[in-house]
Amino acid sequence: MFDNLSLLGLAPVFNIQLLLDGLFIGAIFALAAYGLALVWGVMNVKNLAQGDFVIMGGYIAYSLAELGIHPIFGLPVAVVVMFAFGWAVYVLVIRRVIDRDLFTSLLATFGIAIVVQQTLNLIYGPEVKIAESGFAIRSALDNQLTVADIKLVSFAMAAALAIAVVIFMKRSRMGQAIRATAQDPRAAKIMGIDTDRVYAFTFSLNAAICGAAGVLIAMIWVIQPFYGITHSIRSFVIVTAAGFGNLPGVIIAGLGLGVAEQYSGFVMGAEFQQATVVGLLVAVLVWRQIQQSRIRQVVQ
Amino acid sequence: MHLGYPSEKTKKITTRRAFSALLAAGTAVGLLASGAANAKVEGDTIVLGSAISLTGKYATNGVHAQNGYEIAVKKINDNGGVTVGGKSYKLKVVYYDDESTPARGAQLAERLIKQDGVQFMLGPYSSGLTKAIAPVTEKYKIPMVEAEGASRSLFTQGYKYLFAVLSTSEQYLASAIDLAAEMAEKEGRKPSDIKIAMAFENDPFSLDVRAGVMDDAKKYDMKIVIDDKLPRDLSDMSATLTKAKALKPDLLIVSGHSKGAATAVRQINEMKIDIPMIAMTHCEAAKVTDKFGAGANDILCSTQWAETLTYEDPLFGTAAEFHEEFKQTFEGYTTVPYQSAQAAAAVMVWKDAFERADSFEIGKVRDAIAATEMNTFYGPIKFSEAGNNIAKPMVLRQIQEGQYNVVAPSKWASHPVNYPRDAGF
Repeated sequence: MFDNLSLLGLAPVFNIQLLLDGLFIGAIFALAAYGLALVWGVMNVKNLAQGDFVIMGGYIAYSLAELGIHPIFGLPVAVVVMFAFGWAVYVLVIRRVIDRDLFTSLLATFGIAIVVQQTLNLIYGPEVKIAESGFAIRSALDNQLTVADIKLVSFAMAAALAIAVVIFMKRSRMGQAIRATAQDPRAAKIMGIDTDRVYAFTFSLNAAICGAAGVLIAMIWVIQPFYGITHSIRSFVIVTAAGFGNLPGVIIAGLGLGVAEQYSGFVMGAEFQQATVVGLLVAVLVWRQIQQSRIRQVVQ
Repeated sequence: MHLGYPSEKTKKITTRRAFSALLAAGTAVGLLASGAANAKVEGDTIVLGSAISLTGKYATNGVHAQNGYEIAVKKINDNGGVTVGGKSYKLKVVYYDDESTPARGAQLAERLIKQDGVQFMLGPYSSGLTKAIAPVTEKYKIPMVEAEGASRSLFTQGYKYLFAVLSTSEQYLASAIDLAAEMAEKEGRKPSDIKIAMAFENDPFSLDVRAGVMDDAKKYDMKIVIDDKLPRDLSDMSATLTKAKALKPDLLIVSGHSKGAATAVRQINEMKIDIPMIAMTHCEAAKVTDKFGAGANDILCSTQWAETLTYEDPLFGTAAEFHEEFKQTFEGYTTVPYQSAQAAAAVMVWKDAFERADSFEIGKVRDAIAATEMNTFYGPIKFSEAGNNIAKPMVLRQIQEGQYNVVAPSKWASHPVNYPRDAGF
């Protein structure tokens, strides 16, 4: 472990590699986490199927690639398809559990996750799939530093998508309605906002964002029907760390998590990458607890 | 309240009694039908039994194995059958679908032995299922020749009735170490100068593979510079590969089922990892040549069997001839999976053992299996005390121009190994 640390000191170029890889993948984590923050913040539904929506998006890109269409076009397709899927799931399941207690919505979304996994497994089988972009790979310093163009492209797309969502939330009627509902659903209802529609839209928007993230994941990493859970965990860690109303926080936490995973993989070994994610969550929760108890003392 | 309870209980008992009466009647009818021989040998037919995964997550490979059993049974029956005591017998296999679940597999093994009277077993598919069934066959002292359970732990339990025709998992990549040592010596370096980077999934199979690699690396005193364990849901190993870039190992070994192979090949290309020798498992299952084309070039992959090997036997002929015959017998195969080849070899072991024992007495047949020493199209077969096949090596194939060519061990090699690997960047 210390050998690996000193290696980073001796050859700083590897820091750049780890940082870049971490930031590129972190941007996609942030995207999926932002969707979760929306649903959690507006509807108070903790969507355990978040990662499975991501994987669904990945399979859409894979299916297009199989049909001979470049997987990058999976992005708009996934947004549309997953939006519709999100709407259907809302009408069928989420609407019925939204007023219930925490466990009902957790169980319901967990159930959705299982159904999605098994359906994907039936259709595509348990082997890993990839969607090959075929883009070039840039390298510098005698191949010491490499960046695949697909990572740059997906970073740009993730950023563009995030900006689009932010503008939508600020400017459009629906965006304003969503924010109003998040602040106070009862007041929003009294003001004539159809909160049921707002919820449906929010849930579908989240599914669409996840689908887009999944398309990017399939082109950078690999996908498999049961990989959703790790993406769900990452989203939860990021949102818990950043809080829901806090978009810059989600972005920073997402990028930070990406980098942290890379560094822990390098320094401690691949077996500690996921442990790092969960370890960071614990650290954030402890830190939050300490902060809150301070505030409580001030109030007293 | 209290009245209801006993009556319900009696009802239950009556149904249970009725059920067991039915069962007894059924068994009696079954016994009458099958005659006194109790089904191990019915007339001129020797009955083998197997619980195999025809549905569930192992269904694909389960069917490959079943087809392997079937082609060998047919071939043996067409060529005079099995001669015991001067009389010719035909072979037949009774199958049950274990649904890819170990508990069901164990249940069905009991049923085969106790109800169907099967006394000669063929194995199921996968190490997990074999692990579930072996205690049952052991309990009833029924010999089982299996072809699909490679886990080393199957052969450390002291089982007396379990025999496996395939190479065990710790041998999967050990030959890569020998090959690396050979290459080092050719270059005028000492094998102990070799630096190895390893990435193995944290599951029983891959850790078995790792144990074998570790043993051989120790033998040559090679230095292990990276020893990462990959998670079960592996989709990124760029951190491990960045480390490999920094430490410049001479040999990179990856084993993590098909997801490990797919992830590794993809990221090795993406990160332009230039390591002279790269070896892994499950290249074929991950379809790395289809997915990555030239990116998979010169990668070494281990396999139990390949149709290009020069093994042969009087029944099927050469490995290539078996390959052709199999493709003609079963539709939908472009290449024959090694799972089918080894299943066929297991049936051949039974024939050979019956003929040498010249008897159907279980003890004699078991001892005959233990003394097996034969050459098949699948490779030589000779069992250790523990029951695993110690005669057949794992072979390493290198992906050369999109083709899998056998390059090691040198005795069976059809092509010279490309060393160092030409990564093409």
